[in-house]
Amino acid sequence: MSNEKKSPDNGRRKALKGLIGLPFVGGVLIGAYAESRKRKLAKRNILDELKIEAMRPESSADLSGDPIRVGIIGYGGRGQHLVRLLGFALPSWVARMKEEENEGAIEAFREQENLNVKLTGVCDVFDVYAEEAVAAFPDCKRYRTYEEMLNSPDIDAVVIATPDHWHAPISIAALQVGKHVYVEKPMTHNIRETYELREAARNSKAVFQVGHQHRQTQSFITARDIIKKKVLGHVSLVQTNTNRNDDNGAWQYDIHEKASPNTIDWDQFLGNAPRIPFNKEHFFRWRKWWAYGSGLSGDLMTHDYDRINCVLEMGMPKYVTASGGIYTHNDGREVPDVFQVTMEYPDFSTGSSRQKGIEKGMTFMYSATLGNQFNRSTILMGHDGTMELGNTLTIFADPGSTRYLDMIESNLIQPDVPIYSYNPEAEQVDAITSATAKYFADKGLLWTYRDGKRVDSGLLHLKEWLNAIRHGTPVSCGIQEGFEEAMSAHMGGLAWKLGRRIEWDPVNEEIIALPGENLDEILLSTNVGEYTAMES
Amino acid sequence: MQYSKNQLFFLAALRILVGWHFLYEGLIKVFNPGWTSKAYLLSAEGPLSFFFKWLGGSALATAADIITIAALIGIGLALILGAFEKVAAIAGIALLAMFYLSHPPLPGLENAGPSEGNYFIVNKNLIEMAALGVLAYFPTAHLLGLGYYLKNKASAEAGQHITG
Repeated sequence: MSNEKKSPDNGRRKALKGLIGLPFVGGVLIGAYAESRKRKLAKRNILDELKIEAMRPESSADLSGDPIRVGIIGYGGRGQHLVRLLGFALPSWVARMKEEENEGAIEAFREQENLNVKLTGVCDVFDVYAEEAVAAFPDCKRYRTYEEMLNSPDIDAVVIATPDHWHAPISIAALQVGKHVYVEKPMTHNIRETYELREAARNSKAVFQVGHQHRQTQSFITARDIIKKKVLGHVSLVQTNTNRNDDNGAWQYDIHEKASPNTIDWDQFLGNAPRIPFNKEHFFRWRKWWAYGSGLSGDLMTHDYDRINCVLEMGMPKYVTASGGIYTHNDGREVPDVFQVTMEYPDFSTGSSRQKGIEKGMTFMYSATLGNQFNRSTILMGHDGTMELGNTLTIFADPGSTRYLDMIESNLIQPDVPIYSYNPEAEQVDAITSATAKYFADKGLLWTYRDGKRVDSGLLHLKEWLNAIRHGTPVSCGIQEGFEEAMSAHMGGLAWKLGRRIEWDPVNEEIIALPGENLDEILLSTNVGEYTAMES
Repeated sequence: MQYSKNQLFFLAALRILVGWHFLYEGLIKVFNPGWTSKAYLLSAEGPLSFFFKWLGGSALATAADIITIAALIGIGLALILGAFEKVAAIAGIALLAMFYLSHPPLPGLENAGPSEGNYFIVNKNLIEMAALGVLAYFPTAHLLGLGYYLKNKASAEAGQHITG
């Protein structure tokens, strides 16, 4: 009886028990929707504000037609690498990769794009290198001297990967006979030949490219757009670095077992360098001596200078100072292994978000050690933001920014979380809005190339050069860029040797020398103690 | 199984809370079309990292994303609404085991992922796995949840529910 009375109420209660989960599902739905809407809005606001156009890798160039006949001059480590990018790998390299269990390198070589090139000549003063190329590649003929190669009708273009002191003389000779030139950095070894090479390039119809392959790195092209859109505001300081801590990084290369006066054309190696007796160490570790190499300023700072010049187009510095010494590899070398350069650009500006005239001028700083490999990244420091630049690109708003003041105050932007990150491999541009994403961004995991094809920027740089030869398209590191790179490096070398601030005269386009100073002589001088002598 | 009122309350609360966590994680990923498990997989550590790294780099990564989202939402809904709770709980344990194994909190592993606490072998994934184990073997859906109808329907069909 009592059961009958209670039954409708009981049924309702039981129904409620069955549906107890429903309100919770509703709660989660509302919560997730609101949260994702908030994130999307924040992201859209930031991207709308920045208006950055992320550049995509360009579509492939037309490489059809007869192959371009290329000769390699200087077939050592770097030369062999460039020739591999052109499509020619030595069997000994393949064997070495197998031995080192680096099958990935072999696979990457097999999969790399065919640039439609014929390797028709090799010129190397070390018999072993030259003979290996001749034995491995059927069309490849050995030329004893570069002049012989340049005068050959079988050669359209040359890749120059010699020691630095041969870059300009060979480039000039090649351009004068109309052969296209791809020359490794630094473009020149002294001041005089920098002018001579510029003259030769201007007067030649041949295509000239300096081997700063990072100009092909897509993040750098996007970085240019970011600067143009004034995302960082006025950039007052740029910090670049080299950090290495191994023998190879300190230019202690292996000395080949077959090296001898019989297998090396020593006189030709020396070229315009001071005559000294045969010396294996000078031959294989030439980067350690001013007579053939350029020290950290020409060898590695040029990379960073050109990277930044590619993004900012700041050109020649007004003043350059340098410091450093031989602190980590006191093994008889002449060039410093710890080295700092500051370049002053008093009139340069990337734009300002503050009152007119208050912001102008920039310092480019390069700092290097060959005795520690802690990763210091390249950083462009602006009033409104900071750009960390590498293969990927990350931007942080500055807490003191004028441009982003409102967005920071309204919590749309958090200064410790990147407002923009760019990865050429990713599907989409992202404004990172969570700490987790930042964690992965910091680790570089959002943009590893593990699954995709990794294209060597050197290949793209060579391809651009070959495309220019075929179709007359522009190159990204031509004579003007090379001139600025080489002259800036020479100013750095001079500043270190002289221990004083070196000044550039922009009207006459020359480095200002004091009366009686022969700057080229100072730049190439072998006296290590010279600069300390000037200090005292 | 007979529960006291308090036992039932906390068991059901545990079921709904764990379900909430799964459902929210799943929905957030649905609403964020840019989400991918790739970075998480590629940063895997520990003895099985080779498998997760391979998965993250392979063409299956997209499938892994879809399966993860579907599993999170499915398990979440089942636990909150109270239906197929045992299947959902066991599936949840399997999913969490993958998360746990890809970033195990073992000493010496640096990349165990961003976290707000400090963990040694035991982390929240492992605890949530144990909680799901409890839910699998202490069912509550037939008392509080859609399981109530399923049970009654099943009983009716079996002719066990006697009506006057």
